[in-house]
Amino acid sequence: MKDLFKYGLVRGLLAMVIGTLAGMALVSVVRLALGLSIWNPDAAWTVGGILGTIAFMIGVGSLTDWYRAASGKPLGMHTHDNPDWSPLQRYLGFSVDHKVIGVQYGVFGLILFLLAGTFALIFRWELAAPGLQLFTGEVESLAGLTGFNTMFSLHGMVMVAAILLCIAAMMNYLVPLMIGAQDMAFPRLNGFSFWITVPSGLLLLAALPLGGVDTGWVGYPPLSTRAPLGMVTFYLGVYLFGFSGILGAINIIVTILKMRAKGMGMFKMPVFVWASLATALIQFAATQLIGLSFLMGLLQRVMDMGFFDIAKGGDVILYQHLFWFYSHPAVYVFVLPGLGVISEVLPVFARKPLYGYKWVALSSVGIALVGYLVWAHHMFTSGMQEYLRVPFMVSTLLVAVPTGVKFFSWTATLWQGKLIFPTPMLFALGAIMIFLVGGLSGPPNALVSTDLYTHDTYFVVGHFHATLFGGFVFPFMAALYYWFPKLTGRMYNERMGKWHFWLQFVGFSVQTLGQMQVGLLGMRRRVADYDAALGITTGQLAVTIAAFVIALGIALMIYNLIYSASYGEKAAANPWRSRSPEFQLPSPVPVHNFDHPIEVVGNPYDYGLKDSIYVRPISTPAAPGD
Amino acid sequence: MAGMVETTLPHSATQAELQASASKNRLGLWIFLLSEVFLFGGIMVSRVVLWGPTRPELEQLPAFFLTSVLLLSSFFMNRAETAVVYGDRKIFLNGILATMILGIIFLFGVVLYEWPFSGLNPANNVYGAVFFLMTGMHALHVLSGVIFLGVIYRNGRKGLYSPQNHFAVEGAAVYWHFVDVVWIFFYPAIYLMGVPPL
Repeated sequence: MKDLFKYGLVRGLLAMVIGTLAGMALVSVVRLALGLSIWNPDAAWTVGGILGTIAFMIGVGSLTDWYRAASGKPLGMHTHDNPDWSPLQRYLGFSVDHKVIGVQYGVFGLILFLLAGTFALIFRWELAAPGLQLFTGEVESLAGLTGFNTMFSLHGMVMVAAILLCIAAMMNYLVPLMIGAQDMAFPRLNGFSFWITVPSGLLLLAALPLGGVDTGWVGYPPLSTRAPLGMVTFYLGVYLFGFSGILGAINIIVTILKMRAKGMGMFKMPVFVWASLATALIQFAATQLIGLSFLMGLLQRVMDMGFFDIAKGGDVILYQHLFWFYSHPAVYVFVLPGLGVISEVLPVFARKPLYGYKWVALSSVGIALVGYLVWAHHMFTSGMQEYLRVPFMVSTLLVAVPTGVKFFSWTATLWQGKLIFPTPMLFALGAIMIFLVGGLSGPPNALVSTDLYTHDTYFVVGHFHATLFGGFVFPFMAALYYWFPKLTGRMYNERMGKWHFWLQFVGFSVQTLGQMQVGLLGMRRRVADYDAALGITTGQLAVTIAAFVIALGIALMIYNLIYSASYGEKAAANPWRSRSPEFQLPSPVPVHNFDHPIEVVGNPYDYGLKDSIYVRPISTPAAPGD
Repeated sequence: MAGMVETTLPHSATQAELQASASKNRLGLWIFLLSEVFLFGGIMVSRVVLWGPTRPELEQLPAFFLTSVLLLSSFFMNRAETAVVYGDRKIFLNGILATMILGIIFLFGVVLYEWPFSGLNPANNVYGAVFFLMTGMHALHVLSGVIFLGVIYRNGRKGLYSPQNHFAVEGAAVYWHFVDVVWIFFYPAIYLMGVPPL
């Protein structure tokens, strides 16, 4: 029992329980002193959640070093983990190694990903046929329609959290390796950024036992002021999660701008690093606005402040503006690293230089900047000022330009290449095809005239899932398979990987096209039941079956990754003959990354050019690569 | 609980290492402040949308006094930072102390005078809600700045800062000025712009 306390996670969770209870007690004491009723669940859970999170961060050990610095004790210029720790202690505790933090992000992200996927399977089961199948209980309870609403709301928000974690996993693990750095710019801040996602993720999930959330992932008022208690921890959990995004993005930007290897100019960086920079440029600033909108929503619930209450002079549209100012650019946060992975993987398996490197690098930044100007296209039907519609339609269509640059680059890179098709390449190609479907179904939603009809239908749902599967899920899985040997020092099972790809590719194609079809035939979002006379029963059943096929594929992947991490065959240092710096290191990567600092002497993607090299250790004679 | 092992103590850090570290910290700090601009910008937008060309009827003199106190504090902050660069310990420590005291006067003025005697209540209407959001979020930042300065003062008395190694002082100063600049925008937005509704 005492042994358990050497794991930071255990200490953190225990401290969180104590902190939450202390916060609730504090609220009750203050209320009693003010002569109010002793128990107010909204206020108790808000203060309890905040104090619980702080207690968790103390318990896990993430504030220890800063406290030491503040009390005047010397801190090292260089940080690394305590060498006496066992691997489990390192992964379940406060680590400052960017590779450990990357894995922590990835594992927690995949856990939330599976949970959010399970929520989707539950409500897809409900939608497989007209009438009510599962949620037949009392409407206000989780066994009734509130349960259905909670499932799709949490599917959305938990998936957002999972994707942010998986993005952070890729950026944390890869960026320092790709630019030849020993670690991130701020290693302690990096550990803090990961660990705050754990208590905030738990608060988000606590919405389920606390009565659920029935607003959808957007949490729009005035509905959110009347939603069950789960709304409070939903708002609070996402708010605290935002700290991770902002601080992590600052860390990435400073790392990229200040810590590149000798000779690595901005246009000599691997293109994934550019994608990470663009992602961070969105994240560090826009996240403040969803934080503000959720904070104001929370204050309206807990303290009755009337920001969005018409009776008190408030404005509900204001919430939507603040919310979408982050939440639209957020989809570029989700897809930009994925698009970077595609550009990273294709040249390796086509053995050709990446076509138009500079344009691809700048297109990521272009998408990020244009992404700041498009948010109100989610609100064409909301009742906002009509003169705002056309400008936002035009800016939205502009996004297609930098995205098109990427498509041209990918097809031109593949053109006349010597293609081979291991699992990562399959996922990259699948990603391009699915993302194309998502991209082409976008303009009907961007154009005001057609959006007035497609808004809030399953057509939008189909479009959105195609962009996110093409821009995040497929590339993320390509990345998992591609860098798996670097992470673990072993190879995954190729046969299972291919099965996973085909199950997911076929399953997802049916799902997205099916969703678009039932949407055009009149199926609305966020509704548990539909009329059989719409003629969509077959389509809905097909989408449900497709969802379960995808789940099977992903289960296969999880088994493959866990099994191969211990029993797979030993991987070579550079199984893909990549030119990237991380593949010049042994597998798995040693604790201090680069024993000898490296310098950049060539271009990153000159595959197939004779005698060209990209990086080499400083002060050793050059060896010709391929 | 200590998770880390130190390999190099700051005393033995070379000048180049200190400069590299300060340059990273400086960039990170400024990006963080740019991020905060979006937070306060969002609050400002909310004020413009919800109040429009009106403002609540508020007492002018106390707010003017508190604003002057906060602006004055930035002078002492700057004096303290300049002093630490030139290694003048006495002016440095006194400057930090003066900044803290003025910051605390501002905080008390907002929380103990403006809040209870403004006649506004967060739950009454949108004037109360936005007033408490703006002053509250700003006061939270002043409070964190005062705590930061307290740490600087304590470590300064221990003699931890030198002309070569004082990024913590620079960081606290930049943060303090930033919070001050936010108030330069918030004060007119709350107290001066627009006319009280009939």
